[in-house]
Amino acid sequence: MSLSALDEGLAIPEAPAEHGTLETALRASRDAGRKLLVPYVTGGLGDDWADIVRAVADAGADAIEIGVPFSDPVMDGPVIQEASELALRSGATPVTIFDELRTIDAGVPIAVMTYYNLAFHMGHERFAQSLAAAGVSAAILPDLPLEEVGPWATAADAAGVETVLLAAPTAPDERLPRVVARSRGFVYAVGLLGVTGERDALASSSLVIAKRLKAITDKPVLVGVGISNAKQAVEICAEADGVVIGSALMRRVLEGVGASGAGAFIAEIRAALDAG
Amino acid sequence: MALAAPTSSGRFGEFGGRYVPETLVPACQELEEAFREAWADPLFRAELDGLLADYAGRPSPLTECHRLSAELGVRVLLKREDLNHTGSHKINNVLGQGLLARRMGKKRLVAETGAGQHGVASATVAALLGMECMVYMGEVDIERQALNVFRMRLLGAEVVPAMSGSRTLKDAVNEAMRDWVATVETTHYCLGSVMGPHPYPWMVREFHTVIGLEAREQCEALLDGGIPDVVTACVGGGSNAIGIFSGFADTDAELVGVEPAGGAAVGRGVPGVVHGMKSYLMQDEFGQVQEAHSISAGLDYPGVGPEHSHLASIGRATYEQVTDAEVIEAFQLLSRTEGIIPALEPAHALAWISRDRAKLAGKTVLLNMSGRGDKDVGQMMEILG
Repeated sequence: MSLSALDEGLAIPEAPAEHGTLETALRASRDAGRKLLVPYVTGGLGDDWADIVRAVADAGADAIEIGVPFSDPVMDGPVIQEASELALRSGATPVTIFDELRTIDAGVPIAVMTYYNLAFHMGHERFAQSLAAAGVSAAILPDLPLEEVGPWATAADAAGVETVLLAAPTAPDERLPRVVARSRGFVYAVGLLGVTGERDALASSSLVIAKRLKAITDKPVLVGVGISNAKQAVEICAEADGVVIGSALMRRVLEGVGASGAGAFIAEIRAALDAG
Repeated sequence: MALAAPTSSGRFGEFGGRYVPETLVPACQELEEAFREAWADPLFRAELDGLLADYAGRPSPLTECHRLSAELGVRVLLKREDLNHTGSHKINNVLGQGLLARRMGKKRLVAETGAGQHGVASATVAALLGMECMVYMGEVDIERQALNVFRMRLLGAEVVPAMSGSRTLKDAVNEAMRDWVATVETTHYCLGSVMGPHPYPWMVREFHTVIGLEAREQCEALLDGGIPDVVTACVGGGSNAIGIFSGFADTDAELVGVEPAGGAAVGRGVPGVVHGMKSYLMQDEFGQVQEAHSISAGLDYPGVGPEHSHLASIGRATYEQVTDAEVIEAFQLLSRTEGIIPALEPAHALAWISRDRAKLAGKTVLLNMSGRGDKDVGQMMEILG
């Protein structure tokens, strides 16, 4: 079947060879023997979200994921949904969050996680430049898979924003290398079949996907989705380079632990990872 | 064929595509391949045609509305999808997807539903084929469509309320997609309209082309080889409209989709991406999806199938808007003049004919009567008192 002209416009540009800010930082930490810890914080949630970002940075985060809330977060479970809805209701927009991010000096790289429509609506170039201007190193767009990433990645690459791709347990062996090749910053391994949220035990699928990815790439491999506590973080880091902690942190934030409580939770995971 | 297949990336012009979480990409690819194979397999087609005839009751008749036509001064023909088993056009698609799911070895169906018609059709086919079925339905819709909720449960399906956001169809789609992300190995997502990621908009259209093919033949017989001047249908996601348009896209017939004023994705939206597709979408200045508001749960959706966005952008179809009040009038008009109680969804198309009757005077209009009004009688009883 031949591609139409419009489909040719979807061509996926090769990822730039040089590492961006996020990947450089994560590689350096990893190569120094450290396990990587990336907490997720919903932007615009409550008056103290910037304090929470600083607290988790001080507690030993290697980078921080900032969620820019979207009305229809299909990859997220109840906790992140609630956090997003509350932030939206209190008036959070991409613009207010980017403005505030510019003033937060976390001391570690920032990645924004949101859904593609916010970037599409603002325009790829403008969205990418807004991220860069806010000091954001990378973008994670979970509903923008490899085949659709081209137009966005072109703009992001040009603005110096790394686009992190997700790698899922459902991907056949022939697909993973193509995802990995286009992923910048790190490779986001989806730990299980399902949406974000805490689970009682570490899914065996998370160990499998981490192992499959580590076998084919030297980019940092971080596992997210379903990593719920220090014990699980240590377990998965037997295979992976690090973890993303989202719902477990945001549940505590929604329960009102504040910046100090959020920092304490991340410090506990940091300590466990450092102890191995 | 009258309507073209999408490009290899699932696009109709600039619309469509496959904007899904990475976890679902292989499942969408597998579904596309399975559909291509099945659709080219005479045995699959024969089994589906057999069920459409012996189980769903096809072909559905074409009814000429003599009293209504006299009252409006417009010759109105109804394609009677309301007479199908389960009471709407939805059964065409679900029989197709059910057989396909079985062929793919899936044991469980998940579906979203608005008014409950697609949910009932899904539950029905799951019962017929001995599959498990879970239907997500907005909490608000569960309230206003209690009868259909009971039907689904009677048919053995589990009905799960979608509690987030506007608690209507949009949120039911979110929940169904979240379920599918977790269960994709055993579950087929039985999407109910010509929307979502590729191949759904194309596949669901193909399962509904039977409406257009039959209607074309029936019109040619009735109109002595002629075709209607206008073909119209209501548009939420747009499956019944695409079904009937497909029979007339290669003719001179004017194609008119009718959206609720409170959920007019084509009429009031701008291009956006949600639920796996790029299409016209009602959204705020930052790209947050807006909540639709319509008397009809089945059309209470801020997006629209990508092929409708394409047909609108190339000017092959036009899209009109009607208000809830106009729909309530049309609901009563058809009941009174023809003894046919329409569902609130197709009452939108009739509301447009009635409002624009001066412009349509003397013309022949084919309306897809996509569902019957039984499910809406309770709600209308409250409104009309």
